[in-house]
Amino acid sequence: MDALLLQHIDAYYLHIMVLIGINIILALGLNITTGVTGQLSMGHAGFMSIGAYTAAILSVQLSFPFWAALLCGTLAAAGFGFLLGLPTLRLEGDYLAMVTIGFAEIVRVFFLNFEPGGKAVGLSGITEHTTFSLVWLMAIIIIVLNVKLLNSRTGRAFYAIRENEIAAEAAGINTTRMKVLAFMVGAALAGLGGGLYAHYMTYIAPQDFNFMKSIELLNMVVLGGMGSIPGTILGTVVLTLAPEILRVVAEYRLLFYGALLVILMIFRPNGLLGDVRWYDIRKRWFSKKEVS
Amino acid sequence: MFIEQLINGLTLGSTYALIALGYTMVYGIIQLINFAHGEIYMFGAFAGLLLVSVFGVNIFVALIGAMLFCMLLGMLIERVAYRPIRGKSSRLSALISAIGVSIFLSTLMVLLRGTNTTRYPEIIKIQTYHLGAVDLSSLQIIILAVSALLMIGLQLMIQRSRLGKAMRACSQDLDAASLMGINANRVISYTFAIGSALAAAGGVMVGIYYNAVWPYMGTMAGLKAFCAAVLGGIGSIPGAMIGGLTLGVLEILGVAYLSSSYKDAIAFGILILVLIIRPQGIMGQKITKKV
Amino acid sequence: MGILTMEGVSQEFGGLLALDHIRLEVEKGKIFGIIGPNGAGKTTLFNIITGIYTPTGGQVKYQDNEINGLPPYVLARRGIARTFQNIRLFNKLSVLDNVKVGCHGVTRTGFLGGLLGLPAERREEREINRRAGELLEMVELYEKRMEYAENLAYGEQRKLEIARALALNPALLLLDEPAAGMNTSEKMSLMDFIKTIRDHYNLTILLVEHDMNLVMNICEQIAVLDYGRKIADGPPEQVKNDPRVIQSYLGVEA
Repeated sequence: MDALLLQHIDAYYLHIMVLIGINIILALGLNITTGVTGQLSMGHAGFMSIGAYTAAILSVQLSFPFWAALLCGTLAAAGFGFLLGLPTLRLEGDYLAMVTIGFAEIVRVFFLNFEPGGKAVGLSGITEHTTFSLVWLMAIIIIVLNVKLLNSRTGRAFYAIRENEIAAEAAGINTTRMKVLAFMVGAALAGLGGGLYAHYMTYIAPQDFNFMKSIELLNMVVLGGMGSIPGTILGTVVLTLAPEILRVVAEYRLLFYGALLVILMIFRPNGLLGDVRWYDIRKRWFSKKEVS
Repeated sequence: MFIEQLINGLTLGSTYALIALGYTMVYGIIQLINFAHGEIYMFGAFAGLLLVSVFGVNIFVALIGAMLFCMLLGMLIERVAYRPIRGKSSRLSALISAIGVSIFLSTLMVLLRGTNTTRYPEIIKIQTYHLGAVDLSSLQIIILAVSALLMIGLQLMIQRSRLGKAMRACSQDLDAASLMGINANRVISYTFAIGSALAAAGGVMVGIYYNAVWPYMGTMAGLKAFCAAVLGGIGSIPGAMIGGLTLGVLEILGVAYLSSSYKDAIAFGILILVLIIRPQGIMGQKITKKV
Repeated sequence: MGILTMEGVSQEFGGLLALDHIRLEVEKGKIFGIIGPNGAGKTTLFNIITGIYTPTGGQVKYQDNEINGLPPYVLARRGIARTFQNIRLFNKLSVLDNVKVGCHGVTRTGFLGGLLGLPAERREEREINRRAGELLEMVELYEKRMEYAENLAYGEQRKLEIARALALNPALLLLDEPAAGMNTSEKMSLMDFIKTIRDHYNLTILLVEHDMNLVMNICEQIAVLDYGRKIADGPPEQVKNDPRVIQSYLGVEA
């Protein structure tokens, strides 16, 4: 499939699209944790790192088949989501954010010293299993699952926790359990994205998953509109393309990026698509229709 | 040996404390984690460098110059990037704006000076004093003394002056304070100014002590000082001092007796432990939420 | 035995004794009022009953089972529902979704069920939709079901909160100042409404209120709190004329 596409589309554009696809998976995970459930996670790259390294080491050092390695990476990340989430989710907003930052940093330092991962030099020679079609197939499946999730009882509970945690408890929601679950789902998707990333770039190093990476992912969710699937996708596309488009101004790129964040938060703090959810579309189309 | 490590730790810790104070004061008053604070520290270091290498001034003039510069920088940032968001949007927006400023500032410095490390010219004749079994460098004495002076000065200002009282009032309840006639915006500006000045002092001294400045030095130092502020109890000024010193000592001791490759992880490990075991930190008070 | 009993219940916050050995018995099916000056401990009492606080002393029993220390969501699932003094709606969710969330405690579909969309889950979703719609019709908010909750008028928000609480199919409903901010005619319809839902849904209702007229009119029994202590307990007529109550709360003799 990829070969077919390469005949018609420039390899560079294909490359960008693969990155967008992977980022969508990563960002949708963070959207669940932070956008929907309101648990501010600034260490998403830490889970991505765990997924990437687990998958890469298993496939390179232990010759695991790609699918198995990917699955293990996802599960490992989810496991850490659980381990991190359980003790910390009674913390409020800012404190939770601090913990996630600390967590991601510890993960980074760990892999800097981890022999099988190549320490600071990183791990290379990862077989390139991730293809355009694979990434987009998975991305689409993940998008569909996300939509189903957010329209289900669990999704509603997630939103409720963000909106008013005390009222959510009063409605019978086990908020601790739900928060940990949201954390795990976000972490799992990050791990999946990490594994795909590793098997696409064929080389990973600790600095690929630093604080900046976590911030980039957070921005994709915030920029598009927290809790909104179309918003997150839009934010991801924009922020993945931006560095490429801004390549023209190369060194000034980050300068613009920083300034852009500030300007955006001042003028459009709810992101590009605000809080657009299916409601607003449903509202206009179905306002006369009976609720089934 | 241990005493020497202790002194090393206290020296490093004082610099953490100076940076942590800025974090804690700003958080106490407007509940914002000022991610750009580390960059202000970095700018302070470079300002000092500029004064010393271009104008050939001594360390104390460099300190004061850097502090003044960062005071203005801090106030400017607050005015441009934080005030427009305050009251209008969520805390997350302010946080992201702070991150934007942080990225902007560090990139700016990279554009100005490149990513390489610059050394501070020799401006202090470093003498080593021997007290019994312990070796103490004049530089360490200066750092410890200056830090102590600044911190004592800050404590006095907070407790005795009118501005200090206003700052304390605002950190308790911003709305009530402004209803009492306190110009909240002005107090917030001054808070940023003071915090930035302290960070600048820390920056200059670290630059001289480790003989290195580079554009990204603010990132790690900022994160660690933040951990120190949380350890001491975020929002508490004595807490930031204690937290900074403690973190410095623990880090140096950890490197000396455990392992040096995990040095950076020590601060974050402490952060997580504190938040799990005692989120309000050493000096903080537990706040029960009103339902 | 009443549906809810409290024996020697105390609540300490640091050095502050918010509730001091409270003894209470709420009979099933009654509309029970709790009144008292601000700071008397009424909301603290509610918070204990709904599991937000664990009492520092004494015993709370619901349907003859001790519930001290149980978390709020467990109590919600057992049939204790509440509204809040400062309205706590899910602002950025639709009116309909607010009530659908209210159904959480009495439904079962889990995470995987939601993802897979099995017949059982779809059936439950239809039921949730139906029930939510029904409750909204009852509070006359059905037309506005797709509005964001935060866009409703104040009185409508209060009704929405009640509808959400009813979604839990509760046996005990706690209303924390439901009439706050309402005008006279709204209060009148609220009074009728409370009586209607009590009859219709077989509820026991516990009510904190400041509006004396409302309390005296619909409550069948009233307890009066002052500085954390219960100073009176009985039918409205008795409480109204109790000198201690008059002195502490009603002020000058009526």
